[in-house]
Amino acid sequence: MAANSEIRYLTPLTVDTRKKKYCRFKRSGIKYIDYKDPEFLKKFLNEQGKILPRRITGTSLKFQRRVAQAVKRARHLALLPYVTDLMK
Amino acid sequence: MNRYETVFILTPVLSDEQMKEAVEKFKGVLTANGATIVNEEEWGLRKLAYPIQKKSTGFYCLLEFEGAPTLVKQLEIAYRRDEKVLRFLTFRLDKYAAEYAEKRRNLRANKASETAAAPAEAENKEA
Repeated sequence: MAANSEIRYLTPLTVDTRKKKYCRFKRSGIKYIDYKDPEFLKKFLNEQGKILPRRITGTSLKFQRRVAQAVKRARHLALLPYVTDLMK
Repeated sequence: MNRYETVFILTPVLSDEQMKEAVEKFKGVLTANGATIVNEEEWGLRKLAYPIQKKSTGFYCLLEFEGAPTLVKQLEIAYRRDEKVLRFLTFRLDKYAAEYAEKRRNLRANKASETAAAPAEAENKEA
């Protein structure tokens, strides 16, 4: 028992507070995601140009599909690269 | 009568009037099949995100039109025949997309008029 109390933590244990994720499209009322402006779509891509999953961006399923569709169209038109490094 | 939007990329090797003539050709294909062209934008030479057919820049052009569904097939046949076109994409605008396109057009229109108006103000300030 004494061993446990010996353990002292340098910094207090911080349980990361769960920030409630929200779908930015529902909140800001955007209805249509345009495949023609790559700047906006880049918010949903990581450095390699891959589409970020919903658990990170927090978008709802309906809009995640639209984002994926728009990104694929932009890639087809060479507005966005299929794969790259350090895109931002 | 659906509303469609098509974007195509022309090879950068062409001279200016060849590009104009190519764009006119596709507009002709549309109007010949009874479409009404609502909006036409040219983004000009842009850098491609990845090389297409060994070229790294392309001449982008957007055409927004309203017409019968069978028309898109004719348009795409014309695209495939023409070797100047590197890539094309046609897309049917649904309700929200049409609304967005409307808003975008007004935005570009008054931005264009602003840029046109700005030098005018500058002139009369100096005069």
